[in-house]
Amino acid sequence: MTPRFQLTVTRSSATSRTTNGLMLCLAVLLALSPWLFGVGGSARAVALLVYVLLAVMWNALAGFAGLVSIGQTLFFGTAAYFTVRLADAGLDPYLAILASIVLGAVLGWVTSLFMLSLKEGEFAIGMWVLSSLAHLCVNLDPLIQGETGTSLISLNAYANASRTSFTLWLALAVTIAFFVLLVVLLRSRTGAAITAIRDDEAGARSIGVDVMRTKRTVFVLAAAGTAAAGALWLASNTNFQPRAYFGVHWTAYMLFMVLVGGLGRIEGAIIGAVLFFVIETWFGSYGAWYLVGLGAIAVLFALFLPKGLWGWIGPRLPGEAIPTGYIVEKKSR
Amino acid sequence: MTSQIINAILLGGYYALLATGLAFMYSVMRIINLAHGTLIVLAAYALWVLGERLSIPLPAGIVVVAAAMFALGMALHHAVLARASRGGELLPILATFGVAIILDNLIFQVFGADSISLAPLVGDLTWASFELPGSLFVGKISVYILLASVVQIGLLEWMLRHTGLGHRIQATSQDRATAALLGIDTARTAAIATGVIAATAMGLRAAWGPYSGSVQLLFAFEAVVIGGAGSLWRVLTGALVLAFAQSLAASIHPQGFLIGGHLAFLAAVFLRLRGAGWSFTALLKSGVRA
Repeated sequence: MTPRFQLTVTRSSATSRTTNGLMLCLAVLLALSPWLFGVGGSARAVALLVYVLLAVMWNALAGFAGLVSIGQTLFFGTAAYFTVRLADAGLDPYLAILASIVLGAVLGWVTSLFMLSLKEGEFAIGMWVLSSLAHLCVNLDPLIQGETGTSLISLNAYANASRTSFTLWLALAVTIAFFVLLVVLLRSRTGAAITAIRDDEAGARSIGVDVMRTKRTVFVLAAAGTAAAGALWLASNTNFQPRAYFGVHWTAYMLFMVLVGGLGRIEGAIIGAVLFFVIETWFGSYGAWYLVGLGAIAVLFALFLPKGLWGWIGPRLPGEAIPTGYIVEKKSR
Repeated sequence: MTSQIINAILLGGYYALLATGLAFMYSVMRIINLAHGTLIVLAAYALWVLGERLSIPLPAGIVVVAAAMFALGMALHHAVLARASRGGELLPILATFGVAIILDNLIFQVFGADSISLAPLVGDLTWASFELPGSLFVGKISVYILLASVVQIGLLEWMLRHTGLGHRIQATSQDRATAALLGIDTARTAAIATGVIAATAMGLRAAWGPYSGSVQLLFAFEAVVIGGAGSLWRVLTGALVLAFAQSLAASIHPQGFLIGGHLAFLAAVFLRLRGAGWSFTALLKSGVRA
């Protein structure tokens, strides 16, 4: 007996192909920014990549694993600190950045062993406590001299222009690597578990999903990605003042980007990061008022559009922009 | 040594004042309010404006500020918390954190970066002290703060166990929506009263600035986690342990004060991992029903 209909299973759609094209164009544009926008433009491009990295990672944590952390600055700040320390010990600054990303993953794994036992709000503030603890300990280091801070002096071994370009390309490569890693993870068996947990944690557990292992995987990935962002931010700004890296304003930025873009969607995080980049360029000089505005917009989105901009745009497009699932079409013969 | 121990106990009294409101509101609303510290700081600024700028005596100021904070609490509840808690467990955390960011920076814009204190409002009391045997002197304000925390916890515990409201809270502890219908206003009044008392205590014992809220939140939170489930009296225990850990660490290293508190928090998390079901979340389960 032949079936009366045929199923076609695809991942790609017009939307995803357009998105791939757009992201490729954006990547090429960013890679070429030393020639297109000069040294200043390249530094801004690194800032954009750091925001994308932070948003995508915080979204993976909060949106996929249901873990809201107020203290991801733990990884952001310590990675910058590790980079300064390793460079001071004689390691090439760029190798120090890569080593700090690995150390960030290790720190994430160790942290996950006990922090994941905390629930929701407890976990959120508990991470803040850890970030604060790391901040205080970093301040004790004589190299850092408390809040005075220090610089990544060894970067001076590279000429200013080539340094900026090199930092940008490294930032681009690292961001793409983490992005690909996340998409591959979401498309794997673990990804199915992540989606199940996102939609209904108790339900996922009841059908045999190892919730703790899955959350730990996401947590370690997010720790490494956030660490990468911190080390890259240091490479771009060279100054390391602990408060500028462990400050709670970074959490406000992550919250803003993910809530405005759309919690639980990679596309949303990227849109949120780009939007934040634009807003920061225009309004960043307004100081505390700027933070008031960011907080207000984030709260309004949380209350009135909890799925963010992508929650509104996404369903209106055919297929997924960054597909992690499959499209199943049924055609009658 | 003895004076260090006494000071740690008195400091613990202050932390208990900070933490009681957080724990109590959690037991009723099932929400950890990340704006807790910021709201206390805001109330302290309001007390300062009334006392220093308008020359209103502190006791009268406390009544006025409690009324104002009650109005603000109502507004925040209806505009933010009630709506956010319908959207799952994550949104209230995000929303209250957003509120804290907004308020912290608004306070900075209005009052500037200066550290201020309520001490001038009470005149001699600021440096008045009791003399204990062995020529030990302890500040009167710190003693009053410790007494206030004990009285406050006693009253709230009595309310939870012996009044109709307390029984309604027990009955609805697993159901946020129903809890919101039953007695939430009374509970919020109690929580706001504890907050204003904590604000008075904070303002009298030390100077504070626009961004002091997050530290107060961390202290309150650590006291609750260290104390663990059981009853509000355990919040007092947690607050005392926190104060002892901080004082001990401060005596080891001049910058060790905060680190000691954070390490005590970590130790509490590790202890809980060993499986005693020792959780903030379980505060009400075993606490009020006991």
